[in-house]
This record gives sequence, C-alpha cells and structure tokens, in this order.
Amino acid sequence: MRAFIVGCGRVGAGLAERLARAGHDVTIVDITAESFGRLEPDFPGRALRGDGTDEDVLRRAGAEGADVFFALTEGDNRNILTAQLAAESLSVPRVVAKINDPVRAEAYAALGIATLCRTLLLVDALAVYSGLPSDPSVGGVSLPTGHHPGGDHEPAAVPAEA
Amino acid sequence: MFVIIVGGGKVGYYLTKELLAAGHELVLLEKDGRRAQQIADEVGSIVLQRDGCEGKHLAEAGANRAAIVAAVTGDDEDNLVVCQVAKHHFAVPRTIARVNNPRNEALFRHLGVDEIISPTRMALAAIEQDIPVHELLHLAQLEGGNLEVLEAQIAEGSPAVGRRPGDISLPDGCSVIVIIRGEQVQTIRPDTIFQAGDKVLAISRTDCEVQLHRELIGEPAAEAVG
Repeated sequence: MRAFIVGCGRVGAGLAERLARAGHDVTIVDITAESFGRLEPDFPGRALRGDGTDEDVLRRAGAEGADVFFALTEGDNRNILTAQLAAESLSVPRVVAKINDPVRAEAYAALGIATLCRTLLLVDALAVYSGLPSDPSVGGVSLPTGHHPGGDHEPAAVPAEA
Repeated sequence: MFVIIVGGGKVGYYLTKELLAAGHELVLLEKDGRRAQQIADEVGSIVLQRDGCEGKHLAEAGANRAAIVAAVTGDDEDNLVVCQVAKHHFAVPRTIARVNNPRNEALFRHLGVDEIISPTRMALAAIEQDIPVHELLHLAQLEGGNLEVLEAQIAEGSPAVGRRPGDISLPDGCSVIVIIRGEQVQTIRPDTIFQAGDKVLAISRTDCEVQLHRELIGEPAAEAVG
C-alpha cells in the first residue's frame, strides 16, 4: 500500500513509523525540517519538506498515486483543505482528515471526508475509564456520512446543530 | 443587502468601510481581540470578536439571512472552510473567497465557492500584460549565448508601424523571421507592412539588441537596456 501523510507531528510521525515498518510505501511531508526529528534515524520511508496544502508540492511528492492519504497537521482548516485537495484534485481513493473541533468534524463527515476527532476519542476514553459506557458513535475514524459536494453534485445535508 | 465579512485584515477593513459607505448592512467577524476592538472603535458595534470558521459564530452573526458571505482572511484554508460552512450549512446564496495561492482557485470553485478573488492572479495578469509591450522577450539562446531569439511586440506609436522591412535599418547581426498577427504566422516579405499588435520574432546578436529594440519598439527605457 502507498500511504501519504501531511504533518509530521507526534501522530503523523508515529503513524509513518508504524506503516513503514510494516512494509508499506510511506511518504511524509511537513513544512518544517525539524519536525522530522520525531522520526527514527533509520525511518524506512520518504520524508520531504514542503507545504502540504499546496497542490504542486503534493504532486511533486507523488501524492497522486497514493492509496490512502492522512491530513494530520495541527490546524483543522489546513487538514480540511489538504484532504479535499487529495480527494478532489488528486483522486486519492481514501482520505482521512484529523479535525479536533467536533462540530467541524461532523460537518465535514457529512461533506464526504472521513474524519478523526481527537477530542471525541479522548473524551470517550476517559468516560470509559470513569466507568461510563462507551459512546458507540465514537469509533476511531468516522466514515463519511454524505457525499462530497464538488462539481455538479447536490450539496449534502449537514446536521442542524453546528 | 446583508453581508457577512470574515477577516478584519487590510482587505476586510477597507471592504467594511466601503460597504458601509454604500449603505449596506453588515457584520464583520475578526478573531483577534485587539484588531476587532480597533476596527469597532472606528466603525461601531458591527464587529464581532469571533472565529468565522465555526458554524455557531456564523449563526450568531446572522448567516441564515445573509445574501453574501465574504471570507477575506490571509489564509486560504480558513477562507475555504468559512465558505463551505456558509454554503452547506446556512445555504448562503453567494460566497466569496480570497485566494492567495492561485493553484487553489480551481479547487475552491469545484467545492462550490461562488466567487474567487485572487490578488496574486490580478498582479500576475497586470505584470504579464505589461512586459511584452515595453520589452523584448527573450525566448531562447543559440550558439552558446551569442545569438538570441527575441519577440518584439509592435505597439501603437512604435517607429516600425506602417513601414516595410526594407525601411527599417537593422544592424548586420539581426534578422527578423516571422510575424504573428492575430493567431496567424506570416513570413516576412519585402512588401510586408508592420502593424500595431504584430509580434515580430527575430534572431539577433546580443550586442545588436538595443538597436533592434529602437527600430521595432522605440527608444528603450533606461532599465530595459542590458
């Protein structure tokens, strides 16, 4: 599998290591070279410095042929932009965006982007630790609940509360 | 008309002032507290210190009844999110995004943003339009850099307008090759008459370039020499 990751923070670096050591072809992009210090010195993938929200940078780094694309920067909106670039302009079949604001995560799931909301995951884990039942709607990556409204598609319905 | 502006930088600030002066009703969302206060001191209570990327803040600003939402922050990703939330959650009829990276324009349109303002593209267009009128365009170098292929655009008022190739005293090291007139390529014959709007392709020795410029385009501006 070819995996493409934007953002070499703790999550991005950790995922890159796991996938690359399991034998997958991994490319990770970050705007600052220092971020790559989070990777092991013998990281068996490609680490490239560049702006992961820039279509040209993504193309040059080979994102077009990726099987799966992870948008894992620290900015929700940056992740939303780069995820939509990957899905719409680069035709990557599976795209996940980390969106820490639960409202925005839900809204973009309805717009056809698979989302991962750290806030909801942490809340659920701590609630379970405290003896509450797990919230069944918080199951790791939330798959899209609607279609992406690009091109001529009808705008998808978005949950009423935003 | 009720307009919501997101982003109180230079663009948002002047946009707010112009629209108010034109009598429109509007709300400006600016997330930075100091900047929001600064603008509010000048234009009044229409400024909300809020992040316009969040749906609940757009709701508070009245997005349900807005005719236009204009996202003019300095960050493309924020402008995209504002417009998408406005469009898909509040069904705002017209969304406008400022786009700084010209490569994002097509994506934003594809994702349903109604209007794109691209300062980069506008400056680029102005520059590209300007250069060929006043300059020789260097298309290629030949023979290790001693010869150049150049394009000269004949403008209204150029000394070459109305003249034939034989009327123009080109130096020995220069040769005009073809004219591009409209979209047609025409070979240069002795009875060809140069017209304003023609693009003339020439091969020139580098040391003859100034004279070529003088004959076809006019006296080079100081900075155009060398």
